Parts: sequence; C-alpha cells; structure tokens
Amino acid sequence: MISSVALWIVLPALSIAVLLAVVRLFLGPSFPDQVVALDLITTIGVGIVTAAALAWEQTALFDVATVLALVSFLATVAFARYVERGIRLWSSNG
Amino acid sequence: MVVEWLVVVLLLAGTFFMVVAGIGIVRMPDVYLRMSCTSKAATLGSGCLLAAYALQVGDAGIAVRALATAAFLLLTAPVAAHMIGRAAYRLGVPLWAGSCCDELKGAYSPSGDFLQSRRVDETPGPRSSLDRR
Repeated sequence: MISSVALWIVLPALSIAVLLAVVRLFLGPSFPDQVVALDLITTIGVGIVTAAALAWEQTALFDVATVLALVSFLATVAFARYVERGIRLWSSNG
Repeated sequence: MVVEWLVVVLLLAGTFFMVVAGIGIVRMPDVYLRMSCTSKAATLGSGCLLAAYALQVGDAGIAVRALATAAFLLLTAPVAAHMIGRAAYRLGVPLWAGSCCDELKGAYSPSGDFLQSRRVDETPGPRSSLDRR
C-alpha cells in the first residue's frame, strides 16, 4: 500500500509543486525570487527522491536525497552571497 | 499495521505541505512573503517525508541517516532564507504595497555592511565602533 501511495499520490503531487516553482522561476521579477524558486525546487527534490525510494523500494536511491539536501544549502548560500556582493566578488578585499 | 498507516499519513501530510509551498510561491505578492512560505512549508513537508521513510525502511542505519537529513534541513533552511532575504533587502527589492511597516528602513549603514538598532543618518557623523569592523 505504501509504495502505491507514494507512486500514485505523492509523486504526481510533488511534480505539480515543482511545476508551480518553475512558473515562479520564469515569472520571478527579481533575481532573489528566482533563487527562492530554485531553493524550493531542490527541497521538493529531496522529497521526490525520498518518495521514489519508497515507491520502488530501492534504499540506494536515498543517498541521492541526502546529498541533494547537503548541496542545496551550499547552492543557496552561494547564490545569496553572489546577489549581495556580486560586483566585489573577485576584488582583493571582497 | 499501525506503522503502515502512520507512514501513509506522514506521506500525505508531507505532500500537502509541499503543494502548499508550491501554491504559496506562485500566489504570494512579494519575495519576502514567498520566502516565508517556501522555507517553512517545504521544510516541514520534506521533514514529514523523511520521517515516513525512516519509519518504513527496515534498516536502522538508513533510518538514522534519514533523520539526520531532516535535522540538517531544519538547521539550514532558516539560514538560507535569512541570507536570501538580506540580499534581497539590500538589493532594494520592493516590499508588497500592503505591508504594514518596514522596520529595517534606515537601519543599515550607508555602505550597507552594518545593521544598527538606531537609525543611521545618511550624512557621515560620528561613526560607531560597529562601523569599523
């Protein structure tokens, strides 16, 4: 029952959520909007990989979720840093 | 059997919160409000999904790893949201017209590098010890 719930309810709903975030990624009037949308996409991606690991009962897939959670934080911080002081990023006292 | 129902309930709750985050990022009028939607609802949703996985999988090592991933998400999502919010505010992304107040207005030093609780005048006056780094 769990794998069918994950396959037929959780994965389609999370795909819809990713599509909504992609809408904001394309619409977003400012660059921080797009960074927020990318952050949401990776956070939903952690959930998608977890649901896929449940749906197909592959525990090896779960490592992808852990790595994605670790990398998304680094990506978000790097984007925020770039937005905030992008001009001074390569200067000596940056 | 009880565990199975608990896993299903956690899966559905996590899915609900993630869809709410997706709706919120489209419907909210402002980058700050969008960020408050996504950082809270999406973190809670992925936490629910990871807890469901930790309950369902038989291996204790993988369950502990799932809980550690959830704890890491809970630790890092506020930090990331704060960094994006500060960057957006310093870029000058406008607030929603219906926002009640902007308590940060004038609180950043003119260089934009320091935040003070008292208002900073635009004219250079006696600089506080905070401004010297």
